[in-house]
Amino acid sequence: MTTTANRRELFGHTPDKNYYTASKGFLSWALTLDHKRIGIMYLVGVSAALFLAGTFALILRTQLLQPEGGFLSEKQYNQMFTLHGAIMVFAFIIPSIPAALGNFVLPMMLGAKDVAFPRLNLCSFYLWVFGTLFLLIAMLTSGLDTGWTFYAPYSIRTQTGVTYATMGTFILGFSSIFTGLNFLVTVNTMRPPGMGWFQLPLFIWALYSTAIIQILATPILGITLLLLIAERTLHIAIFDPALGGDPVLFQHFFWFYSHPAVYIMILPGMGVISEIISVHSRKEIFGYKFIAFSSVAIAFLGFLVWGHHMFTSGQSVVMNMVFSAITFTVAVPSAVKVFNWLGTLYKGSIALTTPMCYALAFILLFGVGGLTGLFLATISVDRHLHDTYFIVAHFHFVMVGGTLTALLGGLFHWWPKITGRMYNETLGRLAAFLVFAGFNLTFLPQFVMGSRGMMRRYAHYDPEFKIFHQWSTFGAYVLGLGVFLAYAVLLYAMKRGKPVSGNPWGAASLEWQSSSPPSFHNFDHKVIMNEPYDFSTQVYDEELDSYVHRRFLEPPKPATQPQHS
Amino acid sequence: MIANGLSVNQLVGFLAQTDGPPKAPTFQQGSYFFPVQASSFAKDSDWLYYFIFWVCVVFFAGIVGAMVYLVIKYRRRPGVDPQPSTSHNTPLEIAWSVLPSLLLILMFKWGAEGYFDEQVPFDNAEVVRVKASQFNWLFEYENGDFSKELHLTQFKNYEFRLESADVLHSFFVPAFRQKQDIVPGRYTKTWLRPIKTGEFRLYCAEYCGDNHSNMKTNVKVYLTDKERLAATAWDWEKKKVDSKGRIENGQRLFSIKCAGCHSTTGKRMTGPNLNGRWGIDEKLVGGNRKVDENYIMDSLMEPQKDIVDTFGPPNQNMPSFKGELNVEQIDWIAEFIKSLGATAADATPK
Repeated sequence: MTTTANRRELFGHTPDKNYYTASKGFLSWALTLDHKRIGIMYLVGVSAALFLAGTFALILRTQLLQPEGGFLSEKQYNQMFTLHGAIMVFAFIIPSIPAALGNFVLPMMLGAKDVAFPRLNLCSFYLWVFGTLFLLIAMLTSGLDTGWTFYAPYSIRTQTGVTYATMGTFILGFSSIFTGLNFLVTVNTMRPPGMGWFQLPLFIWALYSTAIIQILATPILGITLLLLIAERTLHIAIFDPALGGDPVLFQHFFWFYSHPAVYIMILPGMGVISEIISVHSRKEIFGYKFIAFSSVAIAFLGFLVWGHHMFTSGQSVVMNMVFSAITFTVAVPSAVKVFNWLGTLYKGSIALTTPMCYALAFILLFGVGGLTGLFLATISVDRHLHDTYFIVAHFHFVMVGGTLTALLGGLFHWWPKITGRMYNETLGRLAAFLVFAGFNLTFLPQFVMGSRGMMRRYAHYDPEFKIFHQWSTFGAYVLGLGVFLAYAVLLYAMKRGKPVSGNPWGAASLEWQSSSPPSFHNFDHKVIMNEPYDFSTQVYDEELDSYVHRRFLEPPKPATQPQHS
Repeated sequence: MIANGLSVNQLVGFLAQTDGPPKAPTFQQGSYFFPVQASSFAKDSDWLYYFIFWVCVVFFAGIVGAMVYLVIKYRRRPGVDPQPSTSHNTPLEIAWSVLPSLLLILMFKWGAEGYFDEQVPFDNAEVVRVKASQFNWLFEYENGDFSKELHLTQFKNYEFRLESADVLHSFFVPAFRQKQDIVPGRYTKTWLRPIKTGEFRLYCAEYCGDNHSNMKTNVKVYLTDKERLAATAWDWEKKKVDSKGRIENGQRLFSIKCAGCHSTTGKRMTGPNLNGRWGIDEKLVGGNRKVDENYIMDSLMEPQKDIVDTFGPPNQNMPSFKGELNVEQIDWIAEFIKSLGATAADATPK
């Protein structure tokens, strides 16, 4: 058994030089190769995108308070919903969890010092910056009014900044590919001895599945957007029937990427939830292999269902049938995950910490998002619901109720690790409640008005939908307040929060064996290999107010350099 | 600021009532989630919706119930460690993967069958050609009549042949539970059998540009063919003999062909307002031109030739009506615009 002084030496202290005090100055961040700093820069970036596009959302909802519309003209409204969608999807949701949280956590979960290609990682961040800048340039010059889907032939004929915006999206696509490639290689080559595929935390399985989709699907989007630019500028006939092209071809190309992209958005969120639920109920995850393989199954099946976005496009009856059938199969692995999370709660020791509140909210919201997908997979019902607010509500339940909730939950879960300080639990829970309540208030009424016939993308609407729109708008304000409060709690904790030790949650995955915040090299001592969900290895040490590995209560071994350094 | 915006908009809405989108029918509520069932497909589609709805309710209640129970029962208590339990149970996991799939197969089957029914062409169907363009609906019937609203007879089979002049549109009548995209460069088809008389809403369901939100009209379903034919009948030849009739002909053509983009009330829409423009010197991009018969003719045949100043790039979207309107029809439209006079407040010569 080590002495208290020894343990304090190893775990209790905050190193003088952690990753963000290790060097100073603008260039030390701008040129950093440290995955943690790149993760933080990504976090700042995607959060800015979230707040910008979120503000657009609130403006849109304010416009819809009255049936005859508010202060926006139809034209301004069209630009507003386009930018809300494009920035949220391409600049926020897709990079949010993998590039921000994943970058910070993935190498540490492997006990590694960094990702396999640190320079590629930094390059990916700068591509994100340039891509987003292009979107902003489009916004500030001639605007963009095609909807985030860029459907041809409207996108070829409109005079707005489609070329800038598609160029931006093209660049963002490469940012996404680079992150995916990096994670794929890192997981394949940098797992430490003793860590087989089934000793990986489930977050890594999720990121790995995501990386496969990013690498295989994103190039399709890239080439599609290049073809669109070529058609706009050189008038090569591809999608515009006036030139001899086929507009439905664009939809096939676009959804061949954008449906798998839905899983790029949601799979990392599912990974985060697996971590949170297990750690905060101190219970080994139930059915590890089912969850792991369901990620892979979702990634695979996600490639085969794009046609369900086109049930009304005029594609053949047989294609609609096949796509409907395959779409139903995606429901199975998604349901498996939900059941397994509930199974994990069984006989656990469940603490309703803020991350856990978000995780439980995720299960409910993703549950609604997934179940309402069944209506849309059923062709005859979808022929009515397609392009109504029912769709809008459905995908917001998955994207916001799923991914945004998981991102916030993940931020609260890893915030003590990232900043070395604990957030205020009461305010954290309050924010989680506001997000959950505001979200439901916003989007539940949209299901009803959708099935009653309220079309999406209308700047004003018929009077019978007024009451639903008003509920929805008030809900959006509450949701906005909740997200704002959550960020405020996190930022306050970063400055003034109570300092924490290495492992405040008693989590067993390797990233918690570092100090909080981690030092530049991630680990100051040799990482002790253990199963990621074997919480019996973690023992609470009152002296340090932290969990430490059981082995540290045994005679000490000389601290050595960490692996891969 | 919001209140201000609202009042201006309300005012504009009030002014637009005379020639904007047709006055909306009252919303006919069917069940809680749906408008009234006005086509032969609606009943099956709604039944399936409610089947899936109750399946979802049962599953969701199960998830919420299990979650609340587990969170309360196994909440963290000081000094109490988690009880040992198994971390996987293969039979259970296979069971909860496979059993719900059986329900999914049912949903797929019924959804596909309902869709098949919708896609089998009706016998003895009257063909209605639906011509969609930014931001106009035009319906042409077998007897040569055409109209801006869709007029149908109850219990009659219809085949809709959908065509678009420009970009994607989508033909959607919520009360009919039917939606079909309209793809430029090809025909798409859909079949319907109205089973209820009354007025229903018709929307463009695929975003099509600036004025998409205004691309909506009504469906009117009549009890008998006679009423339906009376609704679209219009004797152009009989009317054209006097000036009043020609103006009426022009007004009807205008409301069908032009009103999607041009107002006659002063409201600024996608294209210039045409109220009170006759005879004035219109300020164009690169010069002025008097609004007369030739100006109207040019605008319809060569719309890119004269662009009104405040509608310059990037707004030159007007299609040419060459081949679609003949000289006589253009004359009627010109007479109609002439009848609107040059008296509007914004028509003061500059």
